[in-house]
Amino acid sequence: MFSVLAKSFKTGCLTEKIPDRDTTTVQLGTACQQEIARIFGKSLAIRMVDAGSCNGCELEMHAVNNSFYDIERFGIHFVASPRHADLLLVTGPVSRHMQAALQRTHDAMPDPKIVIAMGDCAADGGEFGVSYASCGAVANVIPVDAVIRGCPPTPLQLLLGILEVLQRY
Amino acid sequence: MGNLLQIENGESVKRSDIPLVPFDRFAKLLSDFVRKDGFIVQFFAFVEGDGNRLLAVVRNSHLYVVSTEVGEDFPSFTASCSEKFHMFEREIAEQFGITPVNHPWLKMVRYHANYRGVPDVFGNDYAEDIPGKYPYFQVEGEAVHEVGVGPVHAGIIEPGHFRFQAMGEAILSLEEHLGYVHKGIEKCAEGRDIAGLVRLAARVSGDSTVAHAWAACQACEHAIGLTVPRRAVAIRAILAERERVANHLGDMGACCNDVGFAFAHVHFSRLRELWQRQNAAIFGHRLLMDVVIPGGVTRDLGPEQINLLQQDNEQLRHELDDLLPLLYEYPSLQDRLRTTGILSLDKARTLGALGFVARASGECWDLRRDAPYAPYENVTVAVPFSSGGASSNRVHVRGGEILVSLDLLDTFLAHLPAGEIGSAVPPIPAPCCGVGCIEGWRGEIIAYVRLEAGGIVSRYFPRDPSWLNWPALEVLILGEIVPDFPLCNKSVNGSYSGHDL
Repeated sequence: MFSVLAKSFKTGCLTEKIPDRDTTTVQLGTACQQEIARIFGKSLAIRMVDAGSCNGCELEMHAVNNSFYDIERFGIHFVASPRHADLLLVTGPVSRHMQAALQRTHDAMPDPKIVIAMGDCAADGGEFGVSYASCGAVANVIPVDAVIRGCPPTPLQLLLGILEVLQRY
Repeated sequence: MGNLLQIENGESVKRSDIPLVPFDRFAKLLSDFVRKDGFIVQFFAFVEGDGNRLLAVVRNSHLYVVSTEVGEDFPSFTASCSEKFHMFEREIAEQFGITPVNHPWLKMVRYHANYRGVPDVFGNDYAEDIPGKYPYFQVEGEAVHEVGVGPVHAGIIEPGHFRFQAMGEAILSLEEHLGYVHKGIEKCAEGRDIAGLVRLAARVSGDSTVAHAWAACQACEHAIGLTVPRRAVAIRAILAERERVANHLGDMGACCNDVGFAFAHVHFSRLRELWQRQNAAIFGHRLLMDVVIPGGVTRDLGPEQINLLQQDNEQLRHELDDLLPLLYEYPSLQDRLRTTGILSLDKARTLGALGFVARASGECWDLRRDAPYAPYENVTVAVPFSSGGASSNRVHVRGGEILVSLDLLDTFLAHLPAGEIGSAVPPIPAPCCGVGCIEGWRGEIIAYVRLEAGGIVSRYFPRDPSWLNWPALEVLILGEIVPDFPLCNKSVNGSYSGHDL
């Protein structure tokens, strides 16, 4: 118990103590927060679906929740059910086997059903393209509002992509 | 070894040199080999002319290759010899429509029509969505209930379907049904040039991008006789060790998080983030994607960068001095990890489990030590292992592996050979093939590449260790409670993408 407290004390609060290093995060996050307040009131709920990615995008999605980015402080959080989600964040080329699951997840969401295709594969099929096993771009399966390029997009690119789609609403 | 042709890790093999033996001889060779604790590295089918061929790459302390010709079926080795064959035989049935007769559990792997256009082994016409006509295993009884999970899971994770048969909280059976992220990687590779193949290999499983790209490069480079400069080889190893450290850090924290110990999750993801930022600063990519290319690497290291990487190692060691003992001894955490999800040594061997999953059960195999490739042949690689086989042991082994990687990184950084960081790919006049074997963070990653004249890929078969570790999860979960599944799953952490291809 004391060792945990000691380590926490020694490490300090990363999220606030290194603003000079993370000004971009703070700027982007605060801008997102304003847009979220305008559109949704308080928070933005994201449901993610990996529709066939190599798992690189998922690693960076995890990263936006770490102490450095901590996007929950801007009112952005990931939810378990599409019924609670404002935004659907889709990665990967859509594999044929995920086509129905992605479609059904999209159907289950309440409006406005904002959809972001994250990563080069989600944007245009990437290295995998369209084949017997892959439908390629997310836009081939469900309507897409915005695309975030990158392989995978960095946490900051992800945050910027979310901001840009919110600004259009 | 009779008709088994011994090959070296990454050595060029002429396709005409691979022994082609009658099936009975093939069956005897393989069965005898596997019964003497031999492992199957790869076992797959391909079409040559009008016939079907089976090719097996096996290892003990050496690698061997042998092939045979078959018709529309062959007697299953899973039935007659060992469970080690079972995934491979299911894949052969699915990809080429060749039936392993008497296979005890002939289930599709990824659910797609076979490449030859012959009648489907599983009776599917693929008009229905996955899993088609497949009946899941069910336990019947008044108190038994079924829990279905996925393909879309609650968290940020890859898709796959799990069926639990449970009585109360106790799990009687778990059936994994993967294949949801099958995107046709093997077919997608065909017709590419080598550079294109390696870009694809880097995306077989994003968390193992360095190791898969390296394995594909190694297979191609040795197939065509291309020598990679020693400096480039050392930088590849630095990349691979950094990849290992990043993933171990992330997963150790995530395992603790799955039992509610958020403290470890926060600290380990902090360390992972710092590590990834350094990757971006020095190698231009947070996950090190596309830094390994045919012939070498894209980034060189100057004295300043070497210094930065060395400081990284020192800082991480310092942090782990605090964190590891805390993790290993924290009572409420260890109470959840110890004795949870035990994989016995016997089961690990039977299933051919790999990497830290096998090492935590006492099966101590590491390519870097036991079948070393450059640059590991000149260094001593310590291999942490444990005999407990529980989630705590898997976490412990991974903690040990981080420290070993830091030592290796120090060695490679201190003795970085001078010279170029790449060689040009020469013209490729004749068909050839090669095997690449790299110890990724999950375990050994194998790539088989067959090239036609002109350097066009005609077969790419990547084998991620997840392929053999997923069945281990089905075994180690038995008798555990449903709420411990996230922990058990994370403690193995198979790649869905690496399995589904």
